[in-house]
Amino acid sequence: MTAHDHDHGPSRRKVLECMTWAGTGVLWTVAGGVPASLGMIDQALAAETKGFTFLQISDSHMGFDKPANPNAKGTLEEAIGRVKALPARPAFMIHTGDITHLSKVSEFDDAEKIIAQAKLDVHYVPGEHDIIDEQPGKLYRERHGRGAKGAGWYSFDANGVHFIGLVNVVDLKAGGLGNLGAEQLEWLEDDVKSRSASQPIVVFAHIPLWTVYPSWGWGTEDGARALGYLKKFGSVTVLNGHIHQVMQKVEGNVTFHTARSTAFPQPAPGAAPSPGPMKVADDKLRGMLGIASVTFKQNEQRLAIIDTPLQG
Amino acid sequence: MFRMLMRGAFAAMLLLAATTAQAADADVAIDNFTFGPQELHVKVGTTVTWVNRDDIPHTVTSTTLAFRSKALDTNDKFSFTFTTPGSYKYFCSLHPHMTGTIVVEAAAGGK
Repeated sequence: MTAHDHDHGPSRRKVLECMTWAGTGVLWTVAGGVPASLGMIDQALAAETKGFTFLQISDSHMGFDKPANPNAKGTLEEAIGRVKALPARPAFMIHTGDITHLSKVSEFDDAEKIIAQAKLDVHYVPGEHDIIDEQPGKLYRERHGRGAKGAGWYSFDANGVHFIGLVNVVDLKAGGLGNLGAEQLEWLEDDVKSRSASQPIVVFAHIPLWTVYPSWGWGTEDGARALGYLKKFGSVTVLNGHIHQVMQKVEGNVTFHTARSTAFPQPAPGAAPSPGPMKVADDKLRGMLGIASVTFKQNEQRLAIIDTPLQG
Repeated sequence: MFRMLMRGAFAAMLLLAATTAQAADADVAIDNFTFGPQELHVKVGTTVTWVNRDDIPHTVTSTTLAFRSKALDTNDKFSFTFTTPGSYKYFCSLHPHMTGTIVVEAAAGGK
């Protein structure tokens, strides 16, 4: 199967079978007008897709040991095992926060040791669980925020794509959602202002930048302002974590996508009394944890995102 | 002399018991990402104790920073004694959609 098979219109079932066989889990190409649902695969790309690929992992929650997953360390190790087994080596990895559960030194250490086994550069942004040490955020900034601005935001270029790591878990206001703040927004405006509209943009942050479910705090108060600065760009991909489940939305040139956690699943919006860790049957857990790989192909507006569960 | 001392101690104990009864301590449970009760009325001098029953850490943070807990892991507690009447709004600084209020009323017949 090749990336061009869709010309002959393979059935969705066929594509999925093929993917299962290839062991890459659920795969889809984010294409225009596709509703935000995993089931609505419009066009699929094969695992041998050529292009520039990077990987996203999220919500490792090192130190979490509650019933929803008493062994978050073990499942992170499994996730890194998946990364090592990928047929094409990704260029690097991004981690969209909640590396630790309680911002403890030992938790940061454990995460670092396990993630290092992938032998990839890792670009981090913090989650709210990473900044609850005695001096909030100090441990995170020392380890992963060197050279970054403010609470840890930064940007870099790779393979012609501009990557922007944002922090939306600091200085949150009562009754509100995630928050970027004026200083970071100004920096962002300045960071993208002189860039060509044809340069693909990838933004990553912990809490979704789009409003997923405000009554559970799943959104970013000033996320729309950030996206406003990115309006001129033809290809914008926004990658988040925090909600421990795959969700996607396409709005104009912007593709929003959230990754699975490697630690524990959370309920679908409104499906439970609270967004707390969801206990599922032991044999179901690994189907709800996982990693995501993102491939950028030259001359294609949208990036292909492949979500791979740890099992199934 | 010993008897007088004992009597004094007993009186002190009574007094202590009376004070405690006047401003009974109160609890707020953090459960399912909610503070319960969401609004709590107490007399001045009351010590309020928050207990986190969730599998996820939370904080108790006053909007004016009059009080502020560190991150409370499962079953961790935080206590604060309210010595001034007023309405104290607070939230979880990690999950700011979680909000609550402590309304501190002047002691009956008090100042």
